[in-house]
Amino acid sequence: MPNPILEVRDIHTFIGQFHILEGVNVSIPEGSITVLLGRNGAGKTTTLRSIMGITPPRSGTIVFQGDTLAGKRPYTVAKLGIGYVPEHRAIFKELSVRENLKIAERNRGDYERHTDLIFDLFPDLKRLIDLPGGKLSGGQQQMLAIARALVPDNRLLLIDEPSEGLAPVIIEQLMAAIRRLSSQCTILLVEQNFRMASRLADHFAIIDDGRSPVSGSMADLVNDSALIQRYLGVA
Amino acid sequence: MRRHTSVLVIIAIIVGLLAYSFFNSRSLGSFGITVLSGLFQGMLLFLVASGMSIVFGLMDILNMAQGTYFMVGTYVAYDIQHAGGLIDLTASVPDPNLRFFIAVVGAILVGAGLGAILERGLLRPLYARPVFQLVLTFGVALVLTEIITLVWSTTPYSWTETFGVREGFFELFGQRFSTYRLFVVGMGFLLIISIALLLQRSRIGIIIRAGVEDSEMVESLGINVRAVFTLVFTLGCAVAALGGAVAAPFLGASTTIGSTFLLQAIAVVVLGGMGSYVGTAVGSIMVGLAIAVAQDAAIGTSFSILPSITPMLLLILILLVRPSGLFGSNR
Repeated sequence: MPNPILEVRDIHTFIGQFHILEGVNVSIPEGSITVLLGRNGAGKTTTLRSIMGITPPRSGTIVFQGDTLAGKRPYTVAKLGIGYVPEHRAIFKELSVRENLKIAERNRGDYERHTDLIFDLFPDLKRLIDLPGGKLSGGQQQMLAIARALVPDNRLLLIDEPSEGLAPVIIEQLMAAIRRLSSQCTILLVEQNFRMASRLADHFAIIDDGRSPVSGSMADLVNDSALIQRYLGVA
Repeated sequence: MRRHTSVLVIIAIIVGLLAYSFFNSRSLGSFGITVLSGLFQGMLLFLVASGMSIVFGLMDILNMAQGTYFMVGTYVAYDIQHAGGLIDLTASVPDPNLRFFIAVVGAILVGAGLGAILERGLLRPLYARPVFQLVLTFGVALVLTEIITLVWSTTPYSWTETFGVREGFFELFGQRFSTYRLFVVGMGFLLIISIALLLQRSRIGIIIRAGVEDSEMVESLGINVRAVFTLVFTLGCAVAALGGAVAAPFLGASTTIGSTFLLQAIAVVVLGGMGSYVGTAVGSIMVGLAIAVAQDAAIGTSFSILPSITPMLLLILILLVRPSGLFGSNR
């Protein structure tokens, strides 16, 4: 297994008085796609939000390329080279597609340097460039959300439920794009769609009831129907 | 569709106000004076309400001290301009025009400084508690008013110092129009356009507009949103103080001016659509015109209260048609 780019060790995260993550451990190998699997409400999204510092953990450590993330604010975490594509995309609806991309610049010229890659992955965005984000379809918004994370030079992308609410043909396009991206940066994905996750990811970690009982190679998981049945409820 | 309804409502109200004023006026000259007075009032309101609206949109804070910053602007400008104050520049800067410029800059700096202190020192620890923030800004308004009373007493000050642009008049349709009012209206329009350009064209403008929608996502993109909050809050207070400074030559300085403008600004921000810059700009002009028309209509009648209740009447009327304000989203 390659060296981990991100190590999450025994994090405990609370939302209000609720103890959501009760000791999650995840190791993300560099240059690969890792997927967090688990039932609804298991703590997958909270794990990503804890890594970003949006819902900071009360205890435990998160190390990204030697930097400790715990205690850092989201903007500092992002500047270290982590792109975040949240659940429901969080597109700025009043901003044009171009502005949605340009706002993600961390250095002047980031947008111009990456337009070839972005339009190559998502050609639709080129013709929609001056349209407000709110006018885009769900699939186009998801493409824009991922494209936005590609504007700066990120080493790790956290992508939360990219297939949610999208038509199968759009999911196929997104999968192809994410697969291509994995040659450029490491990807940590949260995905409920096991079929998509199993075709895309190299590694997995199961989040169950705020803990991370199992992780390993996706090839092993696909052949372990008992494990799949136990934690994911799919055969 | 919703935007079209808003535009129709705006046109109907403005045309209605102008038509009423035109037919009620004794001459074209007095109609012109009512319009200029309305625009003057509208621009002062814009200076208070714009910061309030942008801050609300971005930070979800309704700054109840915004009127007090306007009041601080009036006192600082008055003090710098006149002899015998805390800062007496009459000997070192004998030119009253130059002194007025210094007075305006001084008011802006004091407003900005007090705004930064409020945001950084008091509001920041309360980001997670919006109700506390509302109460805090109200408390700060009271404390600042008391400090002003302590420094300058409760006696209202009338502007006595004469200087070029304030004294100027021009004649039109047989009436004398104040060039100072025209100057303030022109400056107000310039500011409306400048802030609009800043919001539309600059990177900080894009960040502010995005932050109004989803500040958490903006922060996740690597932008220090708290620094943007401080900047916007400070600028909002500075613009309110600027409003006070340019209003002072006409309105003087008094401890009641802050609450008067605060109430009118709240009406503007709500009827324009909370957090909407366009709504605030249009709303300010509408409310300013409505107050001027009401002042005109109240002359010689027993409805002397009409101008002061007009902003609230207009607010009720608009909320009946558009419950989220003219350009508001359903937040």
